[in-house]
Amino acid sequence: MAKVVLVTGVSRYLGGLLARRVAAEPGVERVVGVDVIPPPHPVPGVEFVRADIRNPMISRVIESSGVDTVVHMNVIATPTFVGGRTPQKEINVIGTMQLLAACQKSSTVRRLVVKSSAAVYGSTPRDPALFTEDMDARRTPSSGFGKDSIEVEGYVRGFARRRPDVDILMLRLANVIGPRIRTSITDYFSMPAVPVPLGYDARMQFLHEEDAIDALVLGTTGDATGVVNVAGDGVVTVLQAVALAGRPAVPLPLGSASFVGGVTRRLGLADFSPDQMSFLAYGRGLDTTRMRDRLGFEPRYTTREAFEAFAATLGSQGPGLGSVVDAVSGVAGAASQSVLTALGAGSVR
Amino acid sequence: MAARPGALAAGAARAGGERARRRSTPLIGAEPVAAAPVAVTTSATSKATPAKKATPAKKATPAKKTAPAKKTAPARKAAATKKAAPARKAAAAKSAPAAPAPVASVRKHRPAPRVTSAPSPRATTQAGERTGAGRLTPREKARRDAAARRPQLRVADPAAPRRRAARPAPPAPATPPAAAPPLAAVPPLDPTTASAPGRSGLPVPDLADVLDALVVGLRVAAEAAGVAPEDVERRVAQVLAYLRRRVEGDYDVDDFGYDEHFTENVFYPMLRPLYRHWFRVEVRGIENIPAEGGALVVSNHSGTIALDSLMVQLAIHDEHPQHRTMRALGADLVFQTPFVGTMARRSGSTLAASEDAARLFGRGELVGVFPEGFKGTGKPFSERYKLQRFGRGGFVSAALAAGVPIVPCSVVGAEETYPIIGNMGSLARLLGLPYAPVTPTFPWLGPLGMVPLPSKWIIEFGAPIDTSGHDEGAAEDPMLVFDLTDQVRETIQQTLYTLLMQRRSVFF
Repeated sequence: MAKVVLVTGVSRYLGGLLARRVAAEPGVERVVGVDVIPPPHPVPGVEFVRADIRNPMISRVIESSGVDTVVHMNVIATPTFVGGRTPQKEINVIGTMQLLAACQKSSTVRRLVVKSSAAVYGSTPRDPALFTEDMDARRTPSSGFGKDSIEVEGYVRGFARRRPDVDILMLRLANVIGPRIRTSITDYFSMPAVPVPLGYDARMQFLHEEDAIDALVLGTTGDATGVVNVAGDGVVTVLQAVALAGRPAVPLPLGSASFVGGVTRRLGLADFSPDQMSFLAYGRGLDTTRMRDRLGFEPRYTTREAFEAFAATLGSQGPGLGSVVDAVSGVAGAASQSVLTALGAGSVR
Repeated sequence: MAARPGALAAGAARAGGERARRRSTPLIGAEPVAAAPVAVTTSATSKATPAKKATPAKKATPAKKTAPAKKTAPARKAAATKKAAPARKAAAAKSAPAAPAPVASVRKHRPAPRVTSAPSPRATTQAGERTGAGRLTPREKARRDAAARRPQLRVADPAAPRRRAARPAPPAPATPPAAAPPLAAVPPLDPTTASAPGRSGLPVPDLADVLDALVVGLRVAAEAAGVAPEDVERRVAQVLAYLRRRVEGDYDVDDFGYDEHFTENVFYPMLRPLYRHWFRVEVRGIENIPAEGGALVVSNHSGTIALDSLMVQLAIHDEHPQHRTMRALGADLVFQTPFVGTMARRSGSTLAASEDAARLFGRGELVGVFPEGFKGTGKPFSERYKLQRFGRGGFVSAALAAGVPIVPCSVVGAEETYPIIGNMGSLARLLGLPYAPVTPTFPWLGPLGMVPLPSKWIIEFGAPIDTSGHDEGAAEDPMLVFDLTDQVRETIQQTLYTLLMQRRSVFF
């Protein structure tokens, strides 16, 4: 049914890819991409409109193009890319409000797809192993992206009440990771030595960037509605991920997290808000039954494959760990070989 | 190319305050806008760019130089009318191969919000996309920016999805007959080829010689100690193979955080000396645990620190013919505590919540609960073997909902490991613990007081109580739930009394 699709946040990585993919879908006549800066690479098949969703102007774009499907990709998880937490919050919250106001006024909009995040579930030690869509956060995230996501979802629910005729699909994506995308998680695991909370080993779920795009395309062109978790199968723990990334882990007490977070932010290594710190300590898992049933989506990558796809792109770290790994492998291999020969010799004797 | 002039233009813009002014201006709609029907334009005609952000200033000069005169002309005109830097215009003109439509450039109002996607080097830094390499030097960044401005340069489509090869099979069984399983986990047999090229390219000493020396040393030591040298070597090889997989992250963790590789290789081996030689656990009625499918083991809880849950878990794993893994349900506090919570999750425990229990039953797992909770572990020695209240019966409704049998389990011996003779209430409150025990040895002997007394343990699994015969909605029937809870509790209590009668002494 999607004929004219509006994609916000089209100059960002996921938004750009999504717009391109949607434009290539059969039945889609026009794709209008909106962002405040032009996209870094040309997006074939997409009309780019330079507009700010924080501004009522967006309503005119929707009206003039006769948009029937709005894909809201402009909920930004990483403050680094927009110049800090304040603009991030403004873009996420005010932007969503303005966009929804425009959608509410529009007579043409029939479908709204919102890229939300698993961050709405928060992260506490009292969490169930896997969150279903009907569960709420045990402790509502009080800051950062998690709080933004909750507010965004709140506005979307308000919009759903006022415009019951519009189909709404909210996709709660697990942390998107992959060879190309850059988020705070990829920054974190790209650090030369990764600080981890001492005494914790949280479970994490990832979604490969291609799977994220596929799910969003499916959500845009399909007719699924409601809230759907999207994540790769399985989990990896923080320590396992650090090992997969081939980085040394530096355990630090959780109490020093804000200090270390500040230092890494100053150094420009990674930008972590308190709710992401608790994510690193307690982790989170999503139940993806509804993703398969309602959305009809099957991710191609498991959580671990997604992380390995990311880890394969990491450059070489210092000489230290690689040689340690090699040494251990070598020792293990040699030892087992020696044992074999010794056993063989012993049996002959 | 023309990096210098670009920098000059940027500097000029900065000096004029242009950049700062533009940055503080709202993007679109700042000026009163006449109802501008945003024409559906094709890529060639959409040229009127609201040039607002200051970045393109850098581009101005080179673009002007390269673009033909007829293209720069309208751009200049627009600049005159708008007081805006001609940069974006020029860039747009450059990027579009067709001739610019005059309509676009004479448009008066600012928000004619249409351009064809003009690549912007700035956007690359904001797009949430990794460039592949790590942090760039300024020189490298300038080079890339210049490259990004060249319109013919396109970033290739993301690589075709490629799946990694299937992982090696889950870890070898706990007691391998020979050294083959660790070998299977270690593909490179030749140590020199395994290590020499390496990821780091560092020179690695010839490991074969070192290892041969080590192996010889081990054999001598083992023979001196009277242990079969092959045994020792196999152990060493196992440990090294284990470490290698840990260092490379090559193990699997399930949704609940259960790490089979760790549990089989570290957790159980650590507990086994305690299980076999310290507590000399005797297991009865292991056949009452079903060979497959979901079941709920309900046990009494005692012993100050929850050693009994670990011993029950190990008993089921070691004594059961199918070596089943009991997935214990633990209290919030367990998972809040660093190290303890991590260890609990790794060894298969999860939070005592109905959602998690239902999920485990759905997977056909064997679930263990200790419904007395801290009331059971923290009770004084004088109340030993008196079952405390069984919570709210949540475990029974979970089992009813899933229709799995309940296996009552009675543990005798755990009460005597740390006999609680007192409780430091204020210390417990200070530390946020449910109790701070005083035992005959703790805290008097310091760390030595934490050694449990070597009591003789008996773990008996009773006959399973079937819950599948009840109709739909039985899990929500409080009376049925309470009845079943009482039945389970009575069974365990009676078994405890029987076992105590049969026990010859606490320690033998």
